[in-house]
Amino acid sequence: MTTFDTVRLVAAREIRVKLRDKTFLWSTAIFLLIVVASTVLPGFLGGGASSVATAPGPAATALADAGLDVRTVPDDAAAERLVRDGDVDAAVVAGPRVLAMDDAPSDVVNALSAQPPVELLDPNAVDQTLAFLVPYAFAFVFFITSLTFGLQIAQSVTEEKQTRVVEILVATIPVRALLAGKVIGGAVLAFGQIALITAVGIVGARLGGAPDNVLSLLGPAIGWFIPFFIVGFVMLAALWAAVGALVNRQEDIAGPSMPIQLAMMLPFVAVIALQDNPVAIKLLSYLPVSSPTAMPARLFAGEAAGWEPLLSLAILALTAAAMVFVGARIYEGSLLRTNGRTKMATAWRDREAARLAS
Amino acid sequence: MTQLLRLDGLNRAFGERQALKDVTFDVAPGRLTGFVGANGAGKTTTMRIILGVLAADSGTVTWGGAPLTRADRRRFGYMPEERGLYPKMTIREQLTYFGRLHGLDAGAVARNITSLLDRLGIGERADEQLEKLSLGNQQRAQIAAALVHQPQLLVLDEPFSGLDPIAVDTVVAVLREQTARGVPVLFSSHQLDVVERLCDDLVIIGDGAILTAGRRDELRAAYALPRYEIRVDGDAGWLRDQPGVTMIDLDGPRAVFDLDTGVEEQSVLRAALNRGPVRAFTPVAPTLAEIFREVAR
Repeated sequence: MTTFDTVRLVAAREIRVKLRDKTFLWSTAIFLLIVVASTVLPGFLGGGASSVATAPGPAATALADAGLDVRTVPDDAAAERLVRDGDVDAAVVAGPRVLAMDDAPSDVVNALSAQPPVELLDPNAVDQTLAFLVPYAFAFVFFITSLTFGLQIAQSVTEEKQTRVVEILVATIPVRALLAGKVIGGAVLAFGQIALITAVGIVGARLGGAPDNVLSLLGPAIGWFIPFFIVGFVMLAALWAAVGALVNRQEDIAGPSMPIQLAMMLPFVAVIALQDNPVAIKLLSYLPVSSPTAMPARLFAGEAAGWEPLLSLAILALTAAAMVFVGARIYEGSLLRTNGRTKMATAWRDREAARLAS
Repeated sequence: MTQLLRLDGLNRAFGERQALKDVTFDVAPGRLTGFVGANGAGKTTTMRIILGVLAADSGTVTWGGAPLTRADRRRFGYMPEERGLYPKMTIREQLTYFGRLHGLDAGAVARNITSLLDRLGIGERADEQLEKLSLGNQQRAQIAAALVHQPQLLVLDEPFSGLDPIAVDTVVAVLREQTARGVPVLFSSHQLDVVERLCDDLVIIGDGAILTAGRRDELRAAYALPRYEIRVDGDAGWLRDQPGVTMIDLDGPRAVFDLDTGVEEQSVLRAALNRGPVRAFTPVAPTLAEIFREVAR
């Protein structure tokens, strides 16, 4: 049996256990519901033509041509009464004047006015709302996913220490295969959840009537987000596994995980708070903790040159390799210390695994 | 293929403390080797070195004459002192997992699990989560986890602690099946009476050093005192005045005594027969507890 087979068995167990975990299934379902609600519902709720009451005449024809729901009434007084009773959204009376309760009905106004022709010079430019939302979405997805699945990796490591099953595992398979299986299992779950949410989001956006060009605009940014996400996730996951190995009880994970939680929280806040500051965002798009979020956002905004994501990804990959080395060494050095919490320095100095390997 | 496991000159220190001092002994194929010693004597450290969980500072562990490899160890079965399986997984799932990690394919694992759990008496519990089982049944599941891949060597750290007498018998029967296959079995225990009843070979460790090791019967003979028990009709108190006899215990007609070197036990027996009927006269073999106390002194 090869190390690869071993890693696969470990990862498969992690995934199988998680897919049966009710908390995990419910939180995924709720996440999906939120995505559906926020993409599909606005299209249905916000849409629909206004209903308008008016006496017969040229105005009635113009309104009907604009696709509005026209109620023909004998006179202006009757039209006004329908508005006041809430039976229609608006009324058009002699003048012509538009009557409405508290909100000017723009579709009625538009139907009655002459509009100058409009020519868009840059039809693909990013909509202001989207320009704000997309970096936020990237930062949110990366932060939430690395946090939930990172924490789960740590808990799974601690569970094996807490239940003492770890000694059988270490006597059977290489410690690094165990670590790799856990990180890969967590990554597969995290990636699967994101893919599911993205797919539901895209379908929902289509149903909700989002403009077609949004997806073609988002495509390249999402395409870059994937490798950044994978490398960034593996980097954090190795550290989470190390944190899990330092403690003996799942309740104790919070303490040693503070530094890594901060290392995730700060870039999340920074990317959102500084998104109007191009210099700061440029810097963030190269920092390994924030590049998985900031670089795709810059690409989406069309502010990054073609070579920039490659360089940033290379920096992230090098950092990730270093962090995986550090995480693996701490994991190895603390996994079998089942008496109380292990200090990071103690775990780092423990060379038992290296001696066993030699 | 089962082989001889040989530990040769193992040393291991933890900081200042020398946990193992030149530990040398064999675990022979098809034999149950009992591993006995006080708390902290070095049993668990020795077992962990065999399983590759700890490294030795010096010395070797060989399997069939060749140094142990990871591939060899993957075919060993181990029950650590600190018990534990996954609480939320069913017995069958975790045994399948461990069997696969030990390199078996899914079909072989499934067959092994069914027969193993039946023999351990928890066959009908196979699809229950571990945490739903009684402690005794969890212990049986733990033993199953060490056996699921039909190991070529078994190392069990305190396998009988926490078992009721019936469960002890079940586990002993399962271990006997393993030795009948030719598997060398090394187990530690505090329950000296169980070890006495069970083991073929015995290793006694004290303060990190092997105090004695060998076949159980040979050890008993080696540590046997010239001690006898006699039962007569009437009072046996007259034995005190017999030349060369040291009375150990006297209880009416029953007496336990030691003989000085050079004194024949037959002469004592003859003297007893001259006084009346002798109902019993036997040499007293030392119990394991006595040997243990003797060598650990």
